Amino acid sequence: MSKSNVNPERELARRSRRTFLSLGVGAVAGVACWTYLRSRPHEGDLPSPFRRVLQWNGELTSSLFRESHLAPEFLPSRIEALPPNGDIGLNDQTENEDWRLLFIPHESDEVRYLTLPDIRALPKRELISEFKCIEGWSRIVQWGGVRFRDFVQRYAPLSEKAAYVAIATPDNEYYVALDIVSALHAQTLLVYEMNGEPLNDVHGAPLRLFTSVKYGHKSIKRIGTISFSDRPPRDYWAERGYDYYAGL
Amino acid sequence: MTTHLKEKHTLITRWAHWINFPVLGMMIWSGLLIYWANDVYRIGIARWTLFHFFPDWVYDAFGLDHQLAYGMSIHFFFMWLFAINGVIYFVFTLLSGAWRELLPTWQSPREAVHVIVYELGLRKTLPPQDKYNSAQKIAYTAIVLMGLGSLVTGIAIYRPTQVAWLTSLVGGYRPARFLHFLFMLGFVCFFLIHIVQVIRAGWNNFRSMVIGAELVVEQEAVQHE
Repeated sequence: MSKSNVNPERELARRSRRTFLSLGVGAVAGVACWTYLRSRPHEGDLPSPFRRVLQWNGELTSSLFRESHLAPEFLPSRIEALPPNGDIGLNDQTENEDWRLLFIPHESDEVRYLTLPDIRALPKRELISEFKCIEGWSRIVQWGGVRFRDFVQRYAPLSEKAAYVAIATPDNEYYVALDIVSALHAQTLLVYEMNGEPLNDVHGAPLRLFTSVKYGHKSIKRIGTISFSDRPPRDYWAERGYDYYAGL
Repeated sequence: MTTHLKEKHTLITRWAHWINFPVLGMMIWSGLLIYWANDVYRIGIARWTLFHFFPDWVYDAFGLDHQLAYGMSIHFFFMWLFAINGVIYFVFTLLSGAWRELLPTWQSPREAVHVIVYELGLRKTLPPQDKYNSAQKIAYTAIVLMGLGSLVTGIAIYRPTQVAWLTSLVGGYRPARFLHFLFMLGFVCFFLIHIVQVIRAGWNNFRSMVIGAELVVEQEAVQHE
């Protein structure tokens, strides 16, 4: 084309006109798309398209989830102090000695109240694993407790068939949802010891969760109620713009 | 003296370039919304800090504070566009053979110094070059590798338990986040230099990135007559 009879200056002007116009249309279309996306009605405190992509990302990555994929474990020399972060749901007046876990098995009318000795009766598991906050920081912490999987097997094995676990503080101020696969993961523990000490109040005494397959805000402190559901239960931070799945 | 149009950039290169510009912009902006929630990086020794990433006025000036959740939702939306666009560009560049014009050679580092000295006005001549000079080859290859690096470190932070092997490979969870941040700084530095160089190279060069061809003035044709 270059050395044909076409006047290069004229050809240049023609191509420039056409292409710069396309680029301009593209830019306007891009801005229009962005304006449209962010103006959609909110779902869980996010414009719905962003919420749906978060959910889609969660579905995609949960289909790649393998029970055998474990977070790294560390030597005791790597243990760090965990700064307390958030006290929502920790302010009920019950003394720790009077604490009971309200346990509601899946599709059951039977409601059980469990004590800390009921939990401690299960095989103890210790795990030195990195707690990862969604804010972007992490700490290596030693957790002592029982596998959530062992707990369900002992007290309500049929509950493994539920799709979700819902866990809430005694006052129901804080609540998290976990998909059952994550809850039954080998590194999901009901924790009563932290860094070699009994769990203290700011970290959720007498019983909290730790899971290596979710961000820290899913590792709920001061557990009051555990129940199961086939429909997605409420999740405190997912109602405030965060990812419902929040998987790691 | 005659002029003619010389094809310079393929359609796919140009599409990938102009899509990447706003998409990477969105990734950096939403990334900063996320970074704000734990802005620990700084240049300094022990307790002495030369520069903190970032001073409060930066967050104030660009409105980057208190939007972690929103930032994450945008980051995990545009990551798909960034990754898909990048993969298309990468595969096309590999298969079309265009990588040959981009890949630095063993002479490139030395020649690149030469080019930089020339650009600073301290030298009158340039080393002979093909489509891109040695400094460009290094910069344009580096930016592709940085894109790849931000993708890999991004995945390593995104699902560190599921891809624990990858997270370990890039040094662990915290180093992965730090590297991800460094790549972002790299993109910003590249962008600033790129803008200056594009302005200096002039309109004909800029236009070729849009329309694909540039106007070449042929003086040899005159000499042969």
